[in-house]
Amino acid sequence: MTLGDLVAILPQTVLEGLLLGFVYAMVALGYTMVYGVLGLINFAHSEVFMIGAVIGLEVFRFWGNPAAPVIANPFLLLLVALLFAAVGSGFMAVLVERFAYRPLRKRGSKNILVPMITAIGVSFLLQDLTRIYAALRHNEFNMQYRTYEALNQVFELPFQTTIQMKGVLIIAVSVLMLIGLTYLVNRTKLGKAIRAVSQDMQTAALMGINPDVIISRTFLIGGALGGVAGVLFGLLYTNITPYSGVLPGLKAFTSAVLGGIGNIPGAMVGGLILGQLETLSGTYLPFLTNGNFGTEYKDVFAFLTLVLLLLFRPQGIFGQNVSEKV
Amino acid sequence: MNGYIFPFTLAFTALSVVGALLRPASDLVNLALLASVALVSLGRIPTSWRSGLLAVLALTLTLLLRLNPGDKLAFYGLLGVLIACFLLPNLPTLVRVALGTAILFISVPIAGLTNSFLFELGIQIGIFAALALGLNVVVGQAGLLDLGFAAFFAIGAYTWGIFGSPQAAQFIEGFPAGGLPGNYLYLFMALAIITAAITGVLIGLPALRLRGDYLAIVTLGLGEVVRVLANNLDKPLNITNGPQGITPVNRPEVGFLTQFLQAIGAEQVYGKPIDSYITYAFFFYLLVLLVIGVVILVNIRLANSRFGRAWVAIREDEIAAKAMGIPLLPTKLLAFATGAAFSGIMGAIFAAKQTFVSPESFTLQASINILAFVILGGMGSIGGAVVGAAAVTVLNIGLLKDFSDLLNTWRQTGVTILGYNMANLPPQLNPAKYERLVFGLILILMMIFRPEGLIPEQRHRVEMQEARQEAKEGGSK
Repeated sequence: MTLGDLVAILPQTVLEGLLLGFVYAMVALGYTMVYGVLGLINFAHSEVFMIGAVIGLEVFRFWGNPAAPVIANPFLLLLVALLFAAVGSGFMAVLVERFAYRPLRKRGSKNILVPMITAIGVSFLLQDLTRIYAALRHNEFNMQYRTYEALNQVFELPFQTTIQMKGVLIIAVSVLMLIGLTYLVNRTKLGKAIRAVSQDMQTAALMGINPDVIISRTFLIGGALGGVAGVLFGLLYTNITPYSGVLPGLKAFTSAVLGGIGNIPGAMVGGLILGQLETLSGTYLPFLTNGNFGTEYKDVFAFLTLVLLLLFRPQGIFGQNVSEKV
Repeated sequence: MNGYIFPFTLAFTALSVVGALLRPASDLVNLALLASVALVSLGRIPTSWRSGLLAVLALTLTLLLRLNPGDKLAFYGLLGVLIACFLLPNLPTLVRVALGTAILFISVPIAGLTNSFLFELGIQIGIFAALALGLNVVVGQAGLLDLGFAAFFAIGAYTWGIFGSPQAAQFIEGFPAGGLPGNYLYLFMALAIITAAITGVLIGLPALRLRGDYLAIVTLGLGEVVRVLANNLDKPLNITNGPQGITPVNRPEVGFLTQFLQAIGAEQVYGKPIDSYITYAFFFYLLVLLVIGVVILVNIRLANSRFGRAWVAIREDEIAAKAMGIPLLPTKLLAFATGAAFSGIMGAIFAAKQTFVSPESFTLQASINILAFVILGGMGSIGGAVVGAAAVTVLNIGLLKDFSDLLNTWRQTGVTILGYNMANLPPQLNPAKYERLVFGLILILMMIFRPEGLIPEQRHRVEMQEARQEAKEGGSK
């Protein structure tokens, strides 16, 4: 490949990175909001995301059967899938908080390892419960999204770039959700309460805010965003397994750290940056190294970015440096 | 109530021993024996009787195993006696050592020489116990959550896997085509300790500057990096042979063991030749026992040393530890390197035992499994790590697999249970594959109900009691 060819595929690569980046950004918000209020890496969030993808898949499967569709319009079908996934994942996140994290919080253990190990346990449990569901319901491990011509319709853009209808939808939905969340956090009473709890839970409680309720709502919002992202991810990659939340979850977490964990605009920007890093390294690494280091190394790239970032700027791009109180 | 437990246990044990002598193959008898092991362990038996009862149980179970080597329940019972004789308080040390040695070196081989599954289970437990002990140093004693621990196991496995197989000749010119002879394994066990410890330091140097949750996520990432490297280093230079893995990995010569078995007349006793498969299983069983013994000793000595105390100090309060003059980074690095070394040596043995190394064995799943052993047993507790590994391994490769087999038989025979015809059960539903469910449940339930683990570390036990006391006082105010 000549330099000209490499430049020619750049716009398409950037566009694909953008789609991926929006999905990461939405999942990253779930991590960052929970971290903001609880100081906990909610490992189970990647499974909430995966469950959203599965719910969306089931909606497509039951109501969108091309032979006898209940909902014939694929756009309407997608909307219904997004709604169901948002509600389902949101409540799943609330359940996880209620039954796994709240008992620990009530006990008041100071050991930070305890909630994190619980989170890993919840994540594993949800993976295999989904697996059992998929086995009993459909006798399968790999679950395939239905494809619709209307969603796969291709648009030509300048610079020899093409985008599918579903790509346009992914960008539209993500941007809407991100704007909605920013409004919710900055302009509403609930948002104010969430910010108050994440700054200082005890003082917030003294001001008449019930931290338990706010924490629960935070999980609901984060879970709903994760669910929506799950459906979009399913549309993009079409194949979902009970374990397909793990890697995107890790990368979304990386995005959250990249932007400064606990920082909401940071998570969005972090997701977009990581999406670009991943597609760019995936596309260009094989060319730059004569095929010696293939696309497989894009995950290594993401993790190394995380390590380097944590070493040199642990507070992230937008984070503030907080010194620890003794 | 307590007054009745002792005579009840005694009668129960006597009855099950008689039952075992009369009807050796019955499952009911086995369950009764298992129950009496539990009763001896849990019931308040006078100390003078404990050793005797345990010895009688061990002997009966051994007899049962000799008569019917496929008897898994008897094997689990024996495992129970073994664990009981290490963990029960107030047993004379001589009894502990004698009974433990007898079970490990006489009972298990007697049955294992006709049923190598028992050796297999013993080897697995030993390997996982060493990994759990390694992680126990890092998570349990030093309080550093490492989610990429399988990476060190991988380093150990690949250290021997590459040089003990035709693989090394792929990228080193003039290297022997079949790899180094199997007897070099002993040298490479030592080398694996070094390479794993160095990797521990290399991963630790950047990662250990971070704390708590950040450390967890970075070790997870770096663990994945090691696996991805193993998966992809088949080009530009074919070092790891990529996802296909490396095979065949050479094993040491076991001529001496064959001769030994002939000398004691094993073939006449069993009435059939002891083939090389079983001899190798026996060999690796002994090797793993030896190594795990050394690892446990080193662990106990380390826990009571200056370093062990420094680790605990860092776990309890990092800033206070620093104020007391403990150099943080070097001490943490030492914990990382020590833990890595334990898993490195087992990695080399694992490679030789399997005669096959592939990246599949070193996933995030493996790291979390090891964590589950430590959590179940009790963070920081040496006995706990071993018991945790044994319990989960038995659950995972013993019980879950049995359950799968049972479901399969039901499926084939089409039994109807609660109005559901088992023949309609989807073949994807295979409990042996749901290990994440088991590990996930273990982690959650332990954290919520018994965060100090099954066999808590002394220090933790005291803390938990104090916390409960405080909660009680606080509640009464």
